[in-house]
Amino acid sequence: MTKFFAPAIAIAVGLLVLLGYFLPNSSLAGIRVIIVQWAVILAGVAFFVGVINLLTVHIKKISGKGKGKVYSLLLVFSLLITLVVGLFSSSALNTIFNAVILPVESSLLAIMAVTLIYAGIRLLRHRNDLMAVIFLFTALIVMLGSAPLPFIENPFMGIRPWIVSVLATSGARGILLGVALGTLFTGLRILIGADRPYGGK
Amino acid sequence: MQIPALAGLILVLFSFVLLIGLSMLKDRIKTSFRDIPAFGKFRRALGTAVEDGSRIHFALGSVSPIDSRTAASFASLSTLRHSAELSAASDKAPLATSGDAALAILSQDSLKTAHHIAGADQQYRSTSGRLMGVTPFSYAAGTLSTIYDEGISANVIAGGFGVEVGLLSDAAERTRSFTLAATDSIPAQAVLYASASEPLIGEELYAAGAYLKAGRTHLVSLYAQDILRWLIIILLLIGAGMKLLAGLL
Repeated sequence: MTKFFAPAIAIAVGLLVLLGYFLPNSSLAGIRVIIVQWAVILAGVAFFVGVINLLTVHIKKISGKGKGKVYSLLLVFSLLITLVVGLFSSSALNTIFNAVILPVESSLLAIMAVTLIYAGIRLLRHRNDLMAVIFLFTALIVMLGSAPLPFIENPFMGIRPWIVSVLATSGARGILLGVALGTLFTGLRILIGADRPYGGK
Repeated sequence: MQIPALAGLILVLFSFVLLIGLSMLKDRIKTSFRDIPAFGKFRRALGTAVEDGSRIHFALGSVSPIDSRTAASFASLSTLRHSAELSAASDKAPLATSGDAALAILSQDSLKTAHHIAGADQQYRSTSGRLMGVTPFSYAAGTLSTIYDEGISANVIAGGFGVEVGLLSDAAERTRSFTLAATDSIPAQAVLYASASEPLIGEELYAAGAYLKAGRTHLVSLYAQDILRWLIIILLLIGAGMKLLAGLL
């Protein structure tokens, strides 16, 4: 029964939401809003299930013989503390967010800069072709064009806007057209039941 | 109805008719695509993982199914499903990590179905589909330990990512494992071009199903995309020509 009902419900709901989007003055628009609200509630429930999954994975890691037990222990400990704090004080939760999560994520973004420089240096080692050379050369010119030079006029300052607004924008539009077409057909495959991310053959 | 909404509806209906029409032509369509070496290498990596009993890791990104970028997540789930079918017989079950809870549940479902189809139900573990963090960077940080410590021989980093994908592809390269990487975000594609050994650019993320022989609909949708692409190119050229003529006259 699930074999039949799951795709039937998914396809019907998908069509209703799609038509409700394109026909905003019809009664379908109201149905679309209700269905999207249900989806948001389901995503909230999924979040709870996801946290249980996260805990299960890390508790297994702590009790197993693998590497990284300390990190898993730290994660479970932090999760429980945040949960208890969040239950009793929302202001303390904001403090945790501003004092721990925000700086840690900013630090990771800073590490990204170093990682990208290293990746750029390594690029020619694993892709030794003309496109890789052009990629690195362009990245270098754009970076030099963005850097303020003391006492002298930056010669790359004029080239940088042209690269960004003409070359990069036209290339990006071509890529985005392809991505949009891919998105459209991925959606259609799900709507006709050819792709079933919700399980089933 | 407003003109943009009407144009959108016509486009969707035309695409739908094209997809169904081409599907009905079935064997009359020859399947010939341009060669993307990354997919050939990926198929070999899947075979190697089954032979040497190592694990394949799928990083699905952190875009929720209720986000506007969800197609990237669905494309990655489709890749996961069909690749997991091919590698389910390995001693170590494939792993899927996500940065969104709903996506993690869908990945568990896809893995379970793939194992069932491959006749390897006993290999499936509910912890094979994991939530690693709920923000893009916490997801990337959480997934690093999976890439380094879980005997991974191939990483498929495909889905909705931002620039944090650089941390994952860098870790995958450091472990010298095969890395197939694709995303819908342009900044992230630039990062992957520099850091991953086998990056997919543009719509190649959505073509994975066709190259992995996931079914006739995937092949047909590639043909339909090509037809629409040419139509858009012709319309763009006509528009540019008309503007040029208007300027000259």
